[in-house]
Amino acid sequence: MHELAITKQITEIAIRYGEQNDASKITDLYLTIGDLSSVIDDSVQFYWDIIAEDTICEGANLHFERIPAKLQCQKCGHEYTLKENEITYCPQCQSSDVRIIQGKEFQLQSINIEK
Amino acid sequence: MTENVTIVENIHQSNDQIAERNQQQLQAAGVFSLNFMASPGAGKTSLIERTLHTMKDSFNIAVVDGDVASSIDADRAAKAGATAVQINTGGSCHVDANMLHSALAELTLEDFDLLLVENVGNLICPASFKLGTDKNVLIASVPEGDDKPYKYPKMYQDVDALVINKIDLMPYIDFDMAYFQKGVEILSPDLLSFPISCKTEEGMDAWLAWLEEEIKHRS
Repeated sequence: MHELAITKQITEIAIRYGEQNDASKITDLYLTIGDLSSVIDDSVQFYWDIIAEDTICEGANLHFERIPAKLQCQKCGHEYTLKENEITYCPQCQSSDVRIIQGKEFQLQSINIEK
Repeated sequence: MTENVTIVENIHQSNDQIAERNQQQLQAAGVFSLNFMASPGAGKTSLIERTLHTMKDSFNIAVVDGDVASSIDADRAAKAGATAVQINTGGSCHVDANMLHSALAELTLEDFDLLLVENVGNLICPASFKLGTDKNVLIASVPEGDDKPYKYPKMYQDVDALVINKIDLMPYIDFDMAYFQKGVEILSPDLLSFPISCKTEEGMDAWLAWLEEEIKHRS
């Protein structure tokens, strides 16, 4: 549900950069979304078609790069990727002293524009 | 001709900027502020009522209540002795920085020592929207189950304090506290936690002592 607010934020950032670069049209947006960021691609896409209408973003394609969640064990140093985002202890030494090192990202990396 | 423009911007930045303004505004007025987040029914309003009951004579307290509809919670907070402002999010599943900004405009901030923001009951959306409060407080409750950190990892990240409410129900519910706390530890290492019961008042002293210390530290 929060994807509506998020999609508005994406549009604002894209338009701001588009205008700064004299774009007549934005054709593509490249987003990185960490698996732990609670953002669903399909929901963003759904709202995108509505929100982008009548802006220089209308018809632009969204490209999502998902970043898997990665944890690092503080005891043995082992790094591992989560399966289906299920938080698990270190598979090597079973320690629960683990930290998230990747997967919280949520950024607009770049856009393609036409002048 | 198509041209690529590099951006690399956090998508929550526009909200975060307003949150920062809220933070500056609250700090300048000497107000210590908390953002309470929890699932519906975890005890946000009950904890606020209990807190008001003990602290209202020593501190001036404002409460901002976020709900999809109704003013039930703001009415409860006002009845318990706070100056209360209700935000109706109109369907939105969280309070964002801009909504809080508007609510702050309805208060003379200099008159208050403490601001309690009650977010919309939801374990997903509020986690993504900073408000600019000093601390984010998550309220978990025993009947929700011990697996919540594992199921809602985003909500259990980046919180400053955790209240575990309804501990009086522990004898009746299969809630493995060690399993719950291990999940919490992974997502928010060294998190301050307060096991309490709003009903029996067990554990309330530690919570109130911490809060009082934080307020004094601010003013």
